Amino acid sequence: MATPSAAAVPTQPERHSGFLKNNLRDYGLLISLVAIMVFFQVMTNGTLFQPLNLTNLILQNSYIIVMALGMLLVIVAGHIDLSVGSVSGFVGAVAAVLMVEYKLHFVPAALICLTLGAVIGAAQGYWVAFFKIPSFIVTLAGMLVFKGLALAVLGGSSVGPFPPEFQLLSTGFIPDPFSGESLRIASLVAGLLMALVLLVVKVRGRADRVRHGMENEPYAFFIVKNLVFAAMIAAFSYLLSTYKGLPNVLIVMLLLMLVYDFVTSRTTIGRRIYALGGNEKAARLSGIKTERLTFYTFINMGVLAALAGLIFAARLNTATPKAGLGFELDVIAACFIGGASASGGVGKVLGAVIGAFIMGVMNNGMSIMGIGIDYQQVIKGLVLLAAVCVDVYNKNK
Amino acid sequence: MQKPILVMRGMSKSFHSVKALSDVNLTVHAGQIHAIVGENGAGKSTLMKVLSGVYPHGEYEGEIKFLGQECRFKGISDSEEKGIIIIHQELALVPLLSIAENIFLGNEPARYGVIDWSAAFVKTQALLKKVGLKESPGTLITDLGVGKQQLIEIAKALSKEVKLLILDEPTASLNETDSDALLELLLELKRQGIACILISHKLNEISKVADAITVLRDGTTVASLDCAREPISEDRVIQHMVGREMADRYPKRTPHIGEEVFAVKNWKVHHAVHADRLLIKGVDLHVKRGEIVGIAGLMGAGRTELAMSIFGRTYGQGISGQVFLHGQEIDTSTVQKAIAHGIAYVTEDRKGYGLVLDETIAWNTTLANLEAVSRHGVIDEGHEFGVAEDYRRKLNIRSPDVWARTVNLSGGNQQKVVLSKWLFSNPEVLILDEPTRGIDVGAKYEIYTIIAQLAAEGKCVLMISSEMPELLGMCDRICVLNEGRFVAEFSAAEATQEKIMRSIVTSGVN
Repeated sequence: MATPSAAAVPTQPERHSGFLKNNLRDYGLLISLVAIMVFFQVMTNGTLFQPLNLTNLILQNSYIIVMALGMLLVIVAGHIDLSVGSVSGFVGAVAAVLMVEYKLHFVPAALICLTLGAVIGAAQGYWVAFFKIPSFIVTLAGMLVFKGLALAVLGGSSVGPFPPEFQLLSTGFIPDPFSGESLRIASLVAGLLMALVLLVVKVRGRADRVRHGMENEPYAFFIVKNLVFAAMIAAFSYLLSTYKGLPNVLIVMLLLMLVYDFVTSRTTIGRRIYALGGNEKAARLSGIKTERLTFYTFINMGVLAALAGLIFAARLNTATPKAGLGFELDVIAACFIGGASASGGVGKVLGAVIGAFIMGVMNNGMSIMGIGIDYQQVIKGLVLLAAVCVDVYNKNK
Repeated sequence: MQKPILVMRGMSKSFHSVKALSDVNLTVHAGQIHAIVGENGAGKSTLMKVLSGVYPHGEYEGEIKFLGQECRFKGISDSEEKGIIIIHQELALVPLLSIAENIFLGNEPARYGVIDWSAAFVKTQALLKKVGLKESPGTLITDLGVGKQQLIEIAKALSKEVKLLILDEPTASLNETDSDALLELLLELKRQGIACILISHKLNEISKVADAITVLRDGTTVASLDCAREPISEDRVIQHMVGREMADRYPKRTPHIGEEVFAVKNWKVHHAVHADRLLIKGVDLHVKRGEIVGIAGLMGAGRTELAMSIFGRTYGQGISGQVFLHGQEIDTSTVQKAIAHGIAYVTEDRKGYGLVLDETIAWNTTLANLEAVSRHGVIDEGHEFGVAEDYRRKLNIRSPDVWARTVNLSGGNQQKVVLSKWLFSNPEVLILDEPTRGIDVGAKYEIYTIIAQLAAEGKCVLMISSEMPELLGMCDRICVLNEGRFVAEFSAAEATQEKIMRSIVTSGVN
């Protein structure tokens, strides 16, 4: 029998390798993203990191990332939502009709659209949570229903253009009072500030955990990880500042990321969603209202799908019946590449975001390299399979 | 004397460090019904799993000789090929397929993969006649009662030219008429020369049909009785089943029993799936402050169902009855309400119902009472850590820190985490369902100490257990549940294993 005292004091190198082994997944994902970016940077002769392309990369993936945040919760809860693409297309269509045909101001119109998303999420979550109908089936039905409704609302044609103020959601950049032509100073300052805030928050968080004697990340890892992270943020904001600055949608995305990361890792509701997906029976016997919680995750997903629909519509400046087609696949793939488990209970917000960026960088890089859409899909499919295989392998080891 | 059809010699098998079987011997003669009896956990099922190849050769020690040949089964298909067929307590029939389809599942009369249904139907009819069923071969399994399903299993065994039929608790879920029909059938098969191993708790049935009885206890053979040579009294069998000494396996405690705190009156529960089946048939129960009340009973007696139906109606439907705390009727219709009233239920299935295995000790410890470590819905991780660390020390959970994932802990330590979770919910009444199942002896003692400590603190403890010595060693009062009713109640002073076992095995008869 192992005595607790002997096990409690591992030597320093043992501690490091043990920590690395347990958290390899987290670092591995970030390293993969960096490796893929470097790979395409080289393969595209430096096009990938050009400020213009970087800006495009963010704009192109913003709506996928927004939906991945909601999808992660759905997947962690042990479900799936196949309808998000159709829902975002449908909401975009409704937004277009409200703003273009009914000349509604964009603020009430956007609020109506987000509410509509919540209602759609509730309508689907109701069957999943309270009637125990598999989410795969409910949302497959939803996928068909909302694809059809989008067509009906638009009458089969495209509706646009949107009011310019609304377009700013996707195509605008944060204002620059210093009007620096070659360098958007406000954006750069905002980016550097963000890097600094991140560092301060992390250092204070660590100090707090050390005070409670509950820190298990070795100091070297902590320093290297966070300095690299902060440096990356600073570098990206610098690059973006040399073009048009930080896009508005990036700010929206970052805020949402922070909120969802906080909710999943620090709040009781987040904790309970993980318990629900990890072991529903144990969760229920621990007094967690599992059905209501499932219902909430679907409402949340509906709202985020609606927001993604608005972002996408604003970006295209028109609502088309084809909007949202196939988005669900990218969103779900992002979550699984990001380490979420198909059986529920496992997955991180940052993982899903990185997963979405891996997909986005590959899309972007392969397009620049001139690889046809046919083989792009093949490669993306294989990457998804490989990522999940590595996960399963690591878990069984 | 007929020659033996099956000889198992020196069988040993252990799971990790726990010995499930050690040096078990079993000899079954041709054309005999051989009963195997023993308490839950005595090793009966393990022995049968070894025999049927569920645990392949190499995972156990010992020698199996069937029909004079030494056998080294790699899997169930090997043993079936020899004519050894096991029918488990949970029937292995596909509910939405017909009788004929089930009987020939995996063994279809087919040419080039095309099933000859008319041949299957004709054969099925003949088999059904043998087991005394008049159903059409096309009837779906789901339309049959449990008793008839049991007979279908036997028909399926007959279709495979069975030489030795093993039945694990075949009558556990049958009513008396169905049980009698089944036993008659076994006698009929015996006349046809098919040997049978019958695992059962019901001694009256065994004395009716068995030619020989082997008693297992703690993984060893304690008696091999030949019913032909001398009549075997039930008393003797019971003695063999329970006869073990009780040394200092339980902490000494001086109970301080106060006023009645928790009571359940006229509690009735219907089966979760079969709404017309009454499982708990009007049960009354009370626990006093500082008292440990044991609930004894065999598997299927309804103990877990009783506990879970009280705890937030997490089992069953059509539940009626009243629950009282300090004389006030309380509402325990949801888990949240039950927890709020200070009731905690520690499940018998800690992996399935107790823990989120992927998560850490700290995470699991606070799960049932997250409010206590959070403010405005935000978890205070420092506070949570402190709580978990506190319980880790108090309950002596063997792990370097509280960040270890519970999946990597041993059974005893996992159980301590589940206990931590419920202790942190600050309960007044603790329902412990098989609190020491699958735990080694050392950890058991620790769990007993914790339970004794809780009672000393004035909590009410309701302890469900299949291990009678544990109940005798720990409880102030023992209620015996059988087929949904309390059939006896003993104080700590008067309770003996013989009395408990007798109250169970005789209650079914009347």
